[in-house]
Amino acid sequence: MSQPKATKKPAIFFVAKEREPLFSKKNRGLLKDPLDDNNPITVQVLGICSALAITVQLKPAVVMTLSVIAVMAASNVIVSLLRNAIPNRIRIIVQLVVVASMVILVDQVLRAYAYDVSKQLSIFIGLIITNCIVMGRLEAFALGNGVWKSFLDGVGNAAGYGFMLILVAFFRELLGSGKLYGYQVIPDALYEMGYENNGLMLLSPMALITLGLIIWVQRARNRKLIEKN
Amino acid sequence: MNRDSNGYTFGFAAAMVLVVASVLAFTASSLKDLQGENVRKEKMQNILSTIGIETDRDGAEVLFNQYITEQLALKNDGSVDEQVNAFSDVKLAFELKKEASQQRFPLYVANVEAAQYYIIPLRGSGLWDAIWGYIALDQDKNTIVGAVFDHKGETAGLGAEITQQWFMNRFVGEKIFDTTGALVGIAVSKTNNDPNDIDKDDHEVDAISGATITGDGVSAMIVERLQHYLPYLKAEPAKLAYNN
Repeated sequence: MSQPKATKKPAIFFVAKEREPLFSKKNRGLLKDPLDDNNPITVQVLGICSALAITVQLKPAVVMTLSVIAVMAASNVIVSLLRNAIPNRIRIIVQLVVVASMVILVDQVLRAYAYDVSKQLSIFIGLIITNCIVMGRLEAFALGNGVWKSFLDGVGNAAGYGFMLILVAFFRELLGSGKLYGYQVIPDALYEMGYENNGLMLLSPMALITLGLIIWVQRARNRKLIEKN
Repeated sequence: MNRDSNGYTFGFAAAMVLVVASVLAFTASSLKDLQGENVRKEKMQNILSTIGIETDRDGAEVLFNQYITEQLALKNDGSVDEQVNAFSDVKLAFELKKEASQQRFPLYVANVEAAQYYIIPLRGSGLWDAIWGYIALDQDKNTIVGAVFDHKGETAGLGAEITQQWFMNRFVGEKIFDTTGALVGIAVSKTNNDPNDIDKDDHEVDAISGATITGDGVSAMIVERLQHYLPYLKAEPAKLAYNN
């Protein structure tokens, strides 16, 4: 398993080196790795709780993805900016406060300018605070890396999380309600022939099973993920 | 500076709390008007949709003023409290915490093409949090012509389905009084053996599987709220039609 290159002792390494291009190979890796090799959900098994809760339909999953991207990118940047000032003993509290205020900001802005979307998400927005991935990336990455890298890491991990969310939601909505994004895709003719939506797909256990199947497929495809023992 | 000293830690925490609090307070108060406006228009939109008038949020205000002819705040005995504006002064979330005798019960009377409808706001609890809605009664003050439900935090795909049109449509045509004139409301039933809700005299609609507690909340909310309107609804019994 390739862990993210987090250096726990920052600051000292913050010496002016030759400038790295904005999208160097390493930086692209920060964006790309979480999508597959180091996916927060399927590889690190973080953020499972919300993956079960909001994958019944595609629409909330998509909006949740966008919100998590915004929150993670912003809080990674803020914590990275403050990383040399945050007292070590209360760093978790500081991270929590940063994430919580970002979440409240997103919620307030959505309520004023995108009321329908904010109604769609209702409690889930608040649940971003409890998302293990957000705190995990702050602690493991943003505290020890520069602003731009932390930004990429935040966007990458949120996208990796969202990718799985959307994938699971795709199967659950399709098989559970015969719809995609709220639109019916399974033709009426099929229902007349006796096809039934699988109500079990709407319940949480099937989210876990779907996720398990996705992990299976991913590991069969991506040899790097197979543990040797 | 020593980042591990107590003084620095306390100082940092205090500064952080101040900054965060002022940023959030500033955002909340500067967006408050916009948010309140959204909520107000949505309420109008919901009330209108119970009597079959669909509109977007921006068009709601004009149509609301056009069709809703009376906005009454009823007292417990069915008389009208003239001091209170039903739409803007009565917040059911707060009213529900009071004694029934202290509450004001909002009622909207709509006139659409000579037909008169009575719209009653509902509020109760679902599985996770509050559920609410509006129910519109026909001229006979008995038959439901439309219902709208909404919720704060019911499970998406299960309890949250009460906001779906197909669920709300099931209430249309059902009656709230039985043949003897007693209030029975509408039960969200798992055993009514009438999945398409063809039987409109059973005071039952088909429940949503996986949403038992939300459904029970809807049934309870309807009876609980409607009972307070009995003095008003029964005020002119001659007009009531019990022969369902």
